[in-house]
Amino acid sequence: MRTTFIKTVIEAAEKDESIFFLTGDLGFGVVEPFRDKFPGRFLNVGVAEQNMVGIAAGLALSGKSPIVYSIATFAAFRPFEFIRNDVCYQNLKVLIVGVGAGFSYPQYAATHQAIDDVAVMSALPNLVILNPGDPIEAKLATLAALSYHGPVYLRIGKKGEPDIHESEPVFKIGHAITLQDGGDVVVIATGNILENASKAVQILRAKDLSVRFVSMPTLRPLDKEVVRKAARETRLIATVEEGCEFGGLGTAVAEVLSERTVPKMGLVKIALPQHYPSEIGSQTYMRSIYGLTPEAIAEKIYQNLTLPL
Amino acid sequence: MKNTLAGLGSYARSVRKAIIEMATPVRSSHTGGAFSATDLLVVLYFEILKIDPARPDDPCRDIFVYSKGHSSSALYAVLSERGFFSPDLLKEYYVDGGRLPGHPVRRCVPGVEVSSGSLGHGLPMGVGLALARKLDKNPSRVFVMISDGECDEGSVWEAAMLAGHHGLDNLTVIVDFNKIQSLGRTEEVVNLEPLKKKWSAFNWAAREIDGHNLSSIYNTLKRVPFKKGYPSAVVAHTVKGRGVSFMEGQLEWHYRSLDDQGQYLQALKEVERS
Repeated sequence: MRTTFIKTVIEAAEKDESIFFLTGDLGFGVVEPFRDKFPGRFLNVGVAEQNMVGIAAGLALSGKSPIVYSIATFAAFRPFEFIRNDVCYQNLKVLIVGVGAGFSYPQYAATHQAIDDVAVMSALPNLVILNPGDPIEAKLATLAALSYHGPVYLRIGKKGEPDIHESEPVFKIGHAITLQDGGDVVVIATGNILENASKAVQILRAKDLSVRFVSMPTLRPLDKEVVRKAARETRLIATVEEGCEFGGLGTAVAEVLSERTVPKMGLVKIALPQHYPSEIGSQTYMRSIYGLTPEAIAEKIYQNLTLPL
Repeated sequence: MKNTLAGLGSYARSVRKAIIEMATPVRSSHTGGAFSATDLLVVLYFEILKIDPARPDDPCRDIFVYSKGHSSSALYAVLSERGFFSPDLLKEYYVDGGRLPGHPVRRCVPGVEVSSGSLGHGLPMGVGLALARKLDKNPSRVFVMISDGECDEGSVWEAAMLAGHHGLDNLTVIVDFNKIQSLGRTEEVVNLEPLKKKWSAFNWAAREIDGHNLSSIYNTLKRVPFKKGYPSAVVAHTVKGRGVSFMEGQLEWHYRSLDDQGQYLQALKEVERS
C-alpha cells in the first residue's frame, strides 16, 4: 500500500503543482522518488511532528496542498493538538498520512503499533479518516484525499498487502464498497485486515451461508446507510478491524445500530482488546494471538450466527 | 515613516483605551498582556506591515500571526484603529453571540489571519506561510508575535531550528518579553535568558529592543531582514500592563479585569496621559 501511495502522489504532483510533501524524517526507500522529482516541493522537517503539522497549516493557508508523512502513531499522536487547532479547527486542506496501520510494525512494540489512533482521530470535527484495505483502495483513497478540500487522515499498511478487489471500484469518500452480496450475515471490514476478512468470508460461504462482504475504507464520515441497510436485510453484522475494540469501526457501527428506527440486531465486533499487546512478533503471529486469522474471524462469526438471540 | 512619533503615540493611546473599554464590561482577562503588546502592534500595523484594510485578502499582503491569542483585545483594537472594521464592532468582544472571541478565530473579522489561543502554534504556521512565499517568489513577509511564556513550548524551538536551517529571511518573530507568565515571573518559572542568544544560536539574526519605544521599534522592524539569508528575531523588552501604574509589572493583571469603577476611571485617565 505504501508503494502504491507514493506512486499515486508522484503522478498527482506532476499535474498539480500545489502538492507539497513534508516528512518527519521517515520514509527511507519510499519518499526519495518524490524528493528527487520535486525537490522544491519536498521538505524533511526533521524529527518534529508538531512543527510539521503547523508548517503544513501555514502552507495550506497559502494555497498549497500539503501532505505530512510519518509512522501512524507519530503522525496522529505527537502533533494531535496541532492537527486539532491548526488543521481541523481552521478546516484546512492538509493530508496527514500515517504509515503502518495496525500491526505493520509489530516487532517494534506498542510505540509503533497504530491500534488506537482511529479512536482518537475520530473525535475531531471536520476530519475525514480513510483506511484503505488493499493497494487498489490505497490508490483511490489517495486520489480522493488529494482532491478533497479539507483535512484528511489517511492510514496505510506497509506489508505488501495483496489486491482484494478484482478491478477498481467506484470510490467516494463516505461510501462503503460492497464486494459481494448476501443475506444471512454482513461482514464489514476496514483497513489492512481486509485480506483476512475476505478469506473468512470464503470459509463462511463454504458452510453454505449467504454472506455480504463490505469494505469500509472511510471511517469518518461513516457510510451509515450501508449499516442501516444491513440491519434491515440480514441477521447479523460483523465488523473486522486491526485496531482496539473501542472507538473504531465496531463502535461507529454500534452507534448506527442504536438509532431508534434501525431494527435491533446482533453485532459482532472483531477487534483487538483494549490493551497494549505485551507480545511481539510478525503481523501473522500477532493476528493469530488476537483472533484476526481468517479461521478465527470465520469461527467467531459462525458461532454468533448460531447463537440464540 | 508615514506617521509622526506623536501620531503613533496617539494611536497607541486609542488602542489602550479601546482595550479598557472592551475588557471592563465583560470582565475578560489578559489586559496586562494586551498593554505590553500595544506599542509593538501599533508600529507594525501603522508603519511596517504592507497591508491595505480595503483589501484584506490581497495575496501579496504581509501576514501577521498573533500567536499570543490570549491578549486578543489588543489585536482587535489595533485592527479597528487601522480601519479593518468599525470600532462599533469592538462591542462584540467576549459577549453572547459576539463576533470577537476571547481568542482570535481566523477571519472572524477582516485582518485576523490565523486562529490562535493555544501557545506554540504561531511560529510553526509562520514557517509554513514563509516557505510558501519563498516557493511562490511572493515578496510578502511573515511576522509572528509570540509571548514569553510561549517560549516554554518545544514547538517554538522546533520551528526556530528549521527556519534558521532554511534561512527564511522573509520571517520575523517578535517576542513580547513582559517577564510575567501565568503563575509567576519568567525568571522564576523557566528562565528564558539569555533569550536573544538563544535565537542567535538557532541561526536567527536577533536584536533586543525596548518594546515601548516607538522610535526604536520602528527603526528595528523596518530593517528586517537584519541579515540576508537569516530569519529575524526581535526580543522586545516590555512591561506587563504598560500604561497603567497599578497594573505595571503585576502578575495579577495577567488575569484580572477592571471590575472596580475607581480603577477603571483611573486606568482610563492614565492611558489618556501615557
